[in-house]
Amino acid sequence: MNRSLPCILIGALAGLTGVLSGCASLGDEGGSRLDLVKQRGELLCGVSGKIPGFSFLSPDGRYEGLDVDICRAMAAAFVGDSEKVQYRPLTAPERFTALRSGEIDLLSRNTTHTLSRDAVGGNGLSFAPVVFHDGQGLMVPADSGVNSLADLSGKAICVGSGTTTEQNLNDAFQSRDLPYKPIKYQDLNQVVGGYLQGRCAAMTSDRSQLAAARSGFADPQKHVILGDRISKEPLAPAVVGGDQRMSDAMSWVIYALIEAEERGITKANLTEMVEKAKADPSQAALRRFLGVDGGLGSKLDLPDDFVVQVIQATGNYGEIYARHLGPGSAVEIPRGANRLAENGGLMIAPPFT
Amino acid sequence: MQRRRLLLQIGFAAVLLSLLALLINNLAVNLIRTGLGVSFSWLQRPAGFALAEHVLPYSPSDSYAWALAVGWFNSLKVILAGLVLSTLLGVGAGAARSSGNRLLRNLAGAYVALIRQVPLLLQLLFWYFVAFLGLPNTPAAGLIHFSNQGIRLLGLPLSVEFCSVLTGLTVFTGASIAEIVRGGINSVPRGQWEAYRSLGLADGLGLRRIVLPQALPAILPALTSQYLNLAKNSTLAIAVGYADLYAVSDTTITQTGRAIEGFLLLLLSFLLLNLLISGGMAAFNGAVLGRLRSSR
Repeated sequence: MNRSLPCILIGALAGLTGVLSGCASLGDEGGSRLDLVKQRGELLCGVSGKIPGFSFLSPDGRYEGLDVDICRAMAAAFVGDSEKVQYRPLTAPERFTALRSGEIDLLSRNTTHTLSRDAVGGNGLSFAPVVFHDGQGLMVPADSGVNSLADLSGKAICVGSGTTTEQNLNDAFQSRDLPYKPIKYQDLNQVVGGYLQGRCAAMTSDRSQLAAARSGFADPQKHVILGDRISKEPLAPAVVGGDQRMSDAMSWVIYALIEAEERGITKANLTEMVEKAKADPSQAALRRFLGVDGGLGSKLDLPDDFVVQVIQATGNYGEIYARHLGPGSAVEIPRGANRLAENGGLMIAPPFT
Repeated sequence: MQRRRLLLQIGFAAVLLSLLALLINNLAVNLIRTGLGVSFSWLQRPAGFALAEHVLPYSPSDSYAWALAVGWFNSLKVILAGLVLSTLLGVGAGAARSSGNRLLRNLAGAYVALIRQVPLLLQLLFWYFVAFLGLPNTPAAGLIHFSNQGIRLLGLPLSVEFCSVLTGLTVFTGASIAEIVRGGINSVPRGQWEAYRSLGLADGLGLRRIVLPQALPAILPALTSQYLNLAKNSTLAIAVGYADLYAVSDTTITQTGRAIEGFLLLLLSFLLLNLLISGGMAAFNGAVLGRLRSSR
């Protein structure tokens, strides 16, 4: 008995040592994450899982939303099957560590593109083009008499921690010389709880998230989102920096979604468009876009027809938006800045040449 | 036999050392891989976020280092108050469980049974969202006032977040302390009770002067670990919006992207805090044992 205890201890420690030695991974030096995804045949995608319209569990237990469709589009392009995605629900503070540590391949979790997150001296990420132009706002009870930021001077404001939201809130109030009291929670659900219980005069988050949260309230019409937009929040997917093949592939999948909308290619008319491109050699641009010729896909290390795979899986950007955020959806957000550039919005794709 | 033992000990030390070396190596390798060096220069930069409550003066233009210090003192405030209150509650409930009064004994038993079965995080959320935020929403006035905008006790203003964390930690830790105290009291021979009763002492006085002092050596070591638990559990404060050290670190890490340095500082801060607590308790324990020995 006395003799066996140290042996067990040493054995346990040795086992732990073996496990831990696997944690230092210098292995894939120079290799791209894209190869790993293809080899695995599955994409590990980080999402929020808690924001209706962006990523939320549907009644049948599957993730749904704009962010989720971005994951599916990536999987369709990378491994040829939009169902080959493993979703990892992440909190705001967890998301960059998850990306960095390789727990996920790609982050599609309403993440704001900022200098600090992009730069090597900061989080060192590579961002895709913006998939949703958002802005931070404040929501107050409709009968509170609060109409602008100035009315909130000295009041308590509920805010989620670990996001740019907190910093924007401070910038907005400090620059206007208004005192305020941030009541900081870790989770959006708790922010909503604190606000609905009357702890705070207002809650703040991206306006899309405010609209999503309000859709779940018992009396949505008793709450108003103030006109003040205190930040610009271009939300974009991201991968670890310094991996050009991965970040290029990601970016051009997003561009493909936008270009498809510009060209009027939808899930419904896709087959027809592909046949038209194949039959008509004079449609040079369309043939390149759909991978009939030009070999654009292989320049990205993707199949030449990756655009077809993507549109087949999710439809174009406009279709994705309409499905999750358009009129008639649970979280209706006017398309505004997210319209195509030709319609007065900000969405535009560089040429597929 | 002797040699075999020595060999085992050397083997054990070698495995332990290589484990440590491996951990440091993992950190170094992963730091190189991600291109991040360890740097603490960001501590001097302005934090740029406000804190809802602070013991020390603080404004968003103060440095990250100062923000973390303010968070540390917020933690300290709730931990110290929690230590005192949970000890009072725990000793009271523990003594009640050995009491002759059946109602008191059963009440204390129910309290311990209920609180020990429910996770602390759930209890904190209950105290905050149900108990304290359920108070009426009225502006604070008077010496004693309860509202979901803040509590006033004898003119002392307390935030509902602070009160929730304090109540949660006190009630949760109090239940464990009650069990430790009960165990300590049970370890005192029944003869001691009979002895003070035969001297005509009342139960309350006998408990305080005869039984508890003899139970202390059995209570103190276990009590120390409950105190340390309370200090560590205080990091759950972020769930209910209290600006403790962990909440401030969390914001700091997101804004600076310096996760490894942030967590190292967090580790060191808690190490310091817990060394203070266990050091204080060790000194107290020594004094109690010394007194006991000299009185025999």
